[in-house]
Amino acid sequence: MKLLREFLSFSSLWGVLLTLAAFGAGVLINRIARKSIFNPLLLGSVFVILVLSAGKIPYEEYKASAAPVSYLLLPATVSLAIPLYEKWELLQKNRAAIFAGIAAGTFVSLFCIWVMAAVFRLTHEQFVTILPKSVTTAVAMDVSTELGGITALTGAIVILTGIAGNLMAEAVCRWFRITNPIAKGVGIGTASHAVGTSRALQMGETEGAMSGLSIAAAGVLTAVLCPFFAQLI
Amino acid sequence: MRYLFQFIRMMAFCFLGEMMHWLLPFPIPASIYGLVLLIAALKLGIVCLDEIREVGNFLTGIFPILFVPAAAGVMNLWGQLRELAVPIGLAVIPITAAVMAAAGRVTQVVAERRPEQRTKSKMRQ
Repeated sequence: MKLLREFLSFSSLWGVLLTLAAFGAGVLINRIARKSIFNPLLLGSVFVILVLSAGKIPYEEYKASAAPVSYLLLPATVSLAIPLYEKWELLQKNRAAIFAGIAAGTFVSLFCIWVMAAVFRLTHEQFVTILPKSVTTAVAMDVSTELGGITALTGAIVILTGIAGNLMAEAVCRWFRITNPIAKGVGIGTASHAVGTSRALQMGETEGAMSGLSIAAAGVLTAVLCPFFAQLI
Repeated sequence: MRYLFQFIRMMAFCFLGEMMHWLLPFPIPASIYGLVLLIAALKLGIVCLDEIREVGNFLTGIFPILFVPAAAGVMNLWGQLRELAVPIGLAVIPITAAVMAAAGRVTQVVAERRPEQRTKSKMRQ
């Protein structure tokens, strides 16, 4: 194992290769199994964790080596402007519905977590750590820090929420008979930020565009509303 | 070379987003500022869609892959996650589904009601 780590220290981007290979393996399994639970993002992340655990490689070393992948998150999120621009007319025509949906979703998220925290008698620190979990990592972690939460844990919960939303998107839309592509996009983006949006983009252009818009709107709304909810516990 | 210039434009918007994040006191990430700036530039005709389309489509296409390193980071927080397993489990699965359902249903109901109301009010006139 020591030899493996020494060997890896000679490579600057083994983390990038591992990330792509793990995701690629996830794509292949997904293609064969054809079940939404075999999601490439979920499988890819599990494979990376398994490889790191098996090789006793600290996560920090992998993170540093895979940094080029993470760097692309910023331009990729900015690129969501393209589907949004292409669907601008649709957005204008339905703006009342879209913003009503995002506001309703954000309120339901904060309210449910408040009720749950009260039932489980969570401390203020634990409550504000979970509170911003439905919005994009950067907003959630800032909000959590500001209100006195455990920032790293908030980051992990945000990612888990995204993966859950990504996995459940199709089932939830079916169960609640959400058939309108705009409504699907708003639901997915408001509940599960960019990780969910990656699923919405696969569903269709409109779904992807509206999901992208919802990340921004729900993020801002959550940042504004969280301080009020934080005072409740 | 086409891709080079497309990439330069995209990176420039990321950079402007980062500058705004640094300048303004709001807890809004650089990516959201960049996204808003790029839409504004497209709407105002400062940038034309063909000048960024291919690079943009490539980036949105690889979106899920970009979350793998962050998602693998969960392995470092097992202990803390396990301590709060039940509330976190509830927040992550049923509450996420509830939020998705609420946001989606409200959007669908309002979107489908509005055109009907418009036609009804027109009929009354």
